[in-house]
Amino acid sequence: MRRFTWFNATSITLGFAFLYMPMIILVIYSFNASKLVTVWAGFSTKWYGELLQDSAFLDAVWVTVKVAVMSSSLATILGTMAAYVMVRSGRFAGRTLFSGMIYAPLVMPEVITGLSLLLLFIGIGMDRGVFTIVLAHTTFAMCYVSVVVSSRLVSFDQSLEEAALDLGCSPWQAFRLVTLPIIAPAVISGWLLAFTLSLDDLVIASFTAGPSATTLPMKIWSSVRLGVSPKINALSTLMIAVVTIGVITASLISKRNAVRQKREEQAAARSA
Amino acid sequence: MRRFSLISIPYLWLLALFLVPFIIVLKISLSDSALAIPPYTPTLDFSEGWAGIKAFWSELDMENFVFLTEDDLYWKAYLSSLNIAIVSTILTLLVGFPIAYAMARAPEEWRPTLLMLIILPFWTSFLIRVYSWMGILSQEGYLNQLLLSLGIISEPLVILNTNTAVYIGIVYTYLPFMILPIYAALEKLDGSLLEAAEDLGCSRTSAFWLVTVPLSKQGIIAGSFLVFIPTLGEFVIPSLLGGSKTLMIGKVLWEEFFSNRDWPVASAVAIILLLILVIPIILFQRNEQKQREAEG
Repeated sequence: MRRFTWFNATSITLGFAFLYMPMIILVIYSFNASKLVTVWAGFSTKWYGELLQDSAFLDAVWVTVKVAVMSSSLATILGTMAAYVMVRSGRFAGRTLFSGMIYAPLVMPEVITGLSLLLLFIGIGMDRGVFTIVLAHTTFAMCYVSVVVSSRLVSFDQSLEEAALDLGCSPWQAFRLVTLPIIAPAVISGWLLAFTLSLDDLVIASFTAGPSATTLPMKIWSSVRLGVSPKINALSTLMIAVVTIGVITASLISKRNAVRQKREEQAAARSA
Repeated sequence: MRRFSLISIPYLWLLALFLVPFIIVLKISLSDSALAIPPYTPTLDFSEGWAGIKAFWSELDMENFVFLTEDDLYWKAYLSSLNIAIVSTILTLLVGFPIAYAMARAPEEWRPTLLMLIILPFWTSFLIRVYSWMGILSQEGYLNQLLLSLGIISEPLVILNTNTAVYIGIVYTYLPFMILPIYAALEKLDGSLLEAAEDLGCSRTSAFWLVTVPLSKQGIIAGSFLVFIPTLGEFVIPSLLGGSKTLMIGKVLWEEFFSNRDWPVASAVAIILLLILVIPIILFQRNEQKQREAEG
């Protein structure tokens, strides 16, 4: 009954063309020799050369990566704890407020999150810089991590943990040896999500960064506001390449694991 | 003890970095700026005990909110944000539904790849995705070059820096948010229901409207809210693709804060934006709950 019609084929083709065309154009024109971005004047990689020599960009990349690694790691720890609390801790005083604070940042407009954190940092007289961006990113990313991890925790058989405790594990050992390996895929995807959110964030970073720290999105922002620039095209191409390679690798790894798991299950079924 | 520390660490973090900042915004929105920089009057003075707290309360006022209602810039910005968010949600639905529909009907072995291709843009920088349209839509951009060389138009179209560009940018960046929930709903749809409808004399079109659309309603609602809610406070898209006439509240808030340095007004703008968002967020939550109940 599910006919795949010409109309369906056309929608998919047009839809994907719409999604990918702008990025493909960006990649092609990053190799344009002309300074006039929209006029093709032959192949060249000179914008990549200029980009790699621009120390302001390289500094911004370093700041961004530093912020993203620190905030996503912190967010993963805090978010996993929060997920544990939400799924396992039952009732406790202030639970409603807690779950509200977990979900609210997910729908909070970035401008408001940024504004409120900046007012806090100014209110307590904290110097703004890398540290304040890390605090800000950790706060909103931990909520995403906790949503991802708690969906995994819900479906996880708690009796395994109880068995570990009965067999003499301390609660920490039970977590480390039983729970963590099982929820690891969710923890890893939570970390990746937090990492990308941090890499990508312009608005919150602009509010919470002081003059001493500029992240890559802030740097891109200040140059694209003036119009299209060939250097940004080159930078975009590099970023698209990194993401594409990363996503393809991740999906190949997960496919391989799925195949291996299936094979092991079949082997187990045969031997049983 | 262990349980206590497990709960208290994330709890305190969120209290300190989510709730307290939010209360500060609320407080500043009710304050007057002394010199356009902190401290704002009133300041809470605990050393005077109750009298200090009372004096603090009595000095808080709604002045900034009154100011927002008097200056029609803010009215217009809220209305135009709502307008842009509604129109672009409808446009995203019109573009996204046929794609989700076709994905759900595609041969099963294609679907994981199609899904990955829909999700892939999520991982690339939002800023870059918006930026990529600047080169396409500008006066001498690729779209105008193409249309001019094909002889379809004789004058370049003005698209960049208009609301049209903002709509295109929003549809483009938020399309996956619309496609994924609709696809999830359509994929579960039982094909035999359509067969039954057609056996009972429905035309294919009316089977679509009477069976497919109602059964994917929850996906459509979820997708629409996932587009509408973030669009309302959007800042990057109207700033890069919109013109000086494109009023959106996220942009006004940013300018109020960074250019005019009027923090009390910026805070009041933020509070009202949140109040507007509360309604769609509650409706969205209710839709999700209904879906969970239907499945559970």
